[in-house]
Amino acid sequence: MAESVPVSDREQRILGIIETTRAKRPRFKDPAITMAHGAGGKATQTLIEGLFVPAFASDALSELGDAGQVEVEGVELALTTDAFVVKPIRFPGGSIGELAVNGTVNDLAMAGARPVGLSVSLILEEGLSSDDLRAEVEAIARAARDAGVQIVAGDTKVVERGHADQMYISTTGIGHRDPRARLSPTALAPGDRLIVSGTIGDHGTAIMLARGELGLDADIESDTRSLWPAVDALLDAAGPHLHCLRDATRGGVASVLNELARASHVAMIVREAAFPVSPVVVGASELLGIEPIYVANEGKLVASVAAEAAEDALAALRSVPGCEQAAEFGEVRTDPPGMVLVETAFGGRRVMDQLVGDPLPRIC
Amino acid sequence: MKYVDEYRDAELGQALAAEILATVDPDHHYKIMEVCGGHTHSIYKYGIDDLLPSNVELVHGPGCPVCVIPMGRVDDGIAVARQPGVIFTCFGDMLRVPGSRETFLDAKASGADIRMVYSPLDALRIAKANPDREVVFFAIGFETTAPSTALTLKRAKAEGVSNFSCICNHVTIVPPLRALLESPDLRLDGFVGPGHVSTVVGARPLEFIPAQYGRPVVVSGFEPLDILQSIHMILRQLAEGRCEVENQYARVVPYEGNLKALEVMAEVFALRPHFEWRGLGFISQSALRLSNAYADFDAELRYEVPGVRVADPKACQCGEVLKGVIKPWECKVFGTACTPEHAIGTCMVSPEGACAAYYNYGRFAREKAVV
Repeated sequence: MAESVPVSDREQRILGIIETTRAKRPRFKDPAITMAHGAGGKATQTLIEGLFVPAFASDALSELGDAGQVEVEGVELALTTDAFVVKPIRFPGGSIGELAVNGTVNDLAMAGARPVGLSVSLILEEGLSSDDLRAEVEAIARAARDAGVQIVAGDTKVVERGHADQMYISTTGIGHRDPRARLSPTALAPGDRLIVSGTIGDHGTAIMLARGELGLDADIESDTRSLWPAVDALLDAAGPHLHCLRDATRGGVASVLNELARASHVAMIVREAAFPVSPVVVGASELLGIEPIYVANEGKLVASVAAEAAEDALAALRSVPGCEQAAEFGEVRTDPPGMVLVETAFGGRRVMDQLVGDPLPRIC
Repeated sequence: MKYVDEYRDAELGQALAAEILATVDPDHHYKIMEVCGGHTHSIYKYGIDDLLPSNVELVHGPGCPVCVIPMGRVDDGIAVARQPGVIFTCFGDMLRVPGSRETFLDAKASGADIRMVYSPLDALRIAKANPDREVVFFAIGFETTAPSTALTLKRAKAEGVSNFSCICNHVTIVPPLRALLESPDLRLDGFVGPGHVSTVVGARPLEFIPAQYGRPVVVSGFEPLDILQSIHMILRQLAEGRCEVENQYARVVPYEGNLKALEVMAEVFALRPHFEWRGLGFISQSALRLSNAYADFDAELRYEVPGVRVADPKACQCGEVLKGVIKPWECKVFGTACTPEHAIGTCMVSPEGACAAYYNYGRFAREKAVV
């Protein structure tokens, strides 16, 4: 009995205008920076695509990948950088130091690059206790060892009390691109299956609860970890059938899917019920009125894999520690380009849009 | 999750959809208004529209507390937030609501100390932790949130927290509904009645709708099965020629309301003679101010606020959207000048606003069951 009902011409035209506006490169016109510009949603996208990309005008940058690609005398490298301002600096399951290593390692891994070296810049607030600093330096060293990457350079700045909040860390990473696949945000193809490497929303929920502002208490840990072992397993299992990887950090899985759908001019149809979500995250999201697909992760990737390799890719992923709950949740289609549609668990359908701003600043 | 999943069962949803299909008269086009923004949000979030026959149309009502705040009140709030020494607190939804020149988020970026809270008690906690600062809470909401503001003020008074005050924008649900029903351009067959408001005021205050205006009302919960069942109950009343207030949300809503909450509200609040609603204009006795006993906590008395009435932007048709006279996409600026990123009207700001919900979710909800 489902059948399309004709939509009036005017409604059709207005819907068309919205689609065109969405597909256009956004222009940055805001008079000042607000917290929304750092939230990973639409405002961040406007800042990147409307100010940074046109100003720097580099081909590697305009691809909007997690890491930029450079070639040095025939050697294919990936380069990326990331800054960390998470509050509180220590939270269940991790800390700012661990995050700073894993975040950059993961951006390299998403470009299909084996992490080789990292630089670490520290911005310290006057008065920061040496014990806190020592703990974070040790966390950085430990995370780097676990990820098999060397710290090869660094810098330290100290600012007056009140001009930073304890400590900020910026890391830059260089990696060697793996020849087994050519990954790119523009490489998604209709028919591809979409896979997520485990439960979603753990990191954002852990940070929210760790701040203690909500009066909620629950047992949830950040998922921060290096994703290179997962990427390595996927490259082994799917090789060139692996088309794209992205780690679902700020803005969550929903933001990543929207970015990729736009970059590749494809549509996606995803099944809400197929996303693995831990009961604590479901409960907290329910109470706070947010959806886990919009909550940040620090150790989860989304993969777009050709249909014929999807089953092997999923099996390989599930054998990696930390990815046991990996699941296929949707597929890539042709129409309507740039849009992500959700089949709700209740049997309806809707658009999964990007967030305009995140109600929760400084999660990474 | 227990106590939630039961109300989101897809099979039960399909069964209800089939019953709805069997109840409707195929020759009649039904217009049913869901009063609450929370209902609107659920309808889009779960794709409930998809499960209804094409001749059952849902019209989004005025029950989103953020959507009905006029620009002048936002300007007043920002003026207070910019006073030296003030920590200004409000719910997250309010931050992006446009005033005549800027939003709270803009004011925060240019130096005002504006903080998002999840409850008025959080604001009181901030006041106690910062005794040398003045903490102001921008209170919004229908009877749903008014009791929590009232209890917070009672506690502030009992504990003698003198650096805490409140800009009261609490509104009541019955007057705008009456205004809607009086409106000559409105054609509605029935109402999905407010659930959370009714937990406080009860279902009895809605009796005037069937009694005086001849429209059925079903007080509804917010889960997808609740809403489908309520729509079914309304359609059944129409099919059987009945017209009354029914309570689908009886697991939470007592018919007489929550007497304790009403008592606290009566102590802390008093009716304003009139209040301006975004898009609906001035409606008499439709909002609450702090009672004389709590005047010390009234930020509107403590600070000088501009109190200027700012006319809604000419192009903005929020009022007609709120009245259900036009669909969001029929507004002149919908999706072009007015988008969730740069909202002109408040219906586009709150995720519960009819326009934002349609913009985000509604574009592809076009496949419908045809009778």
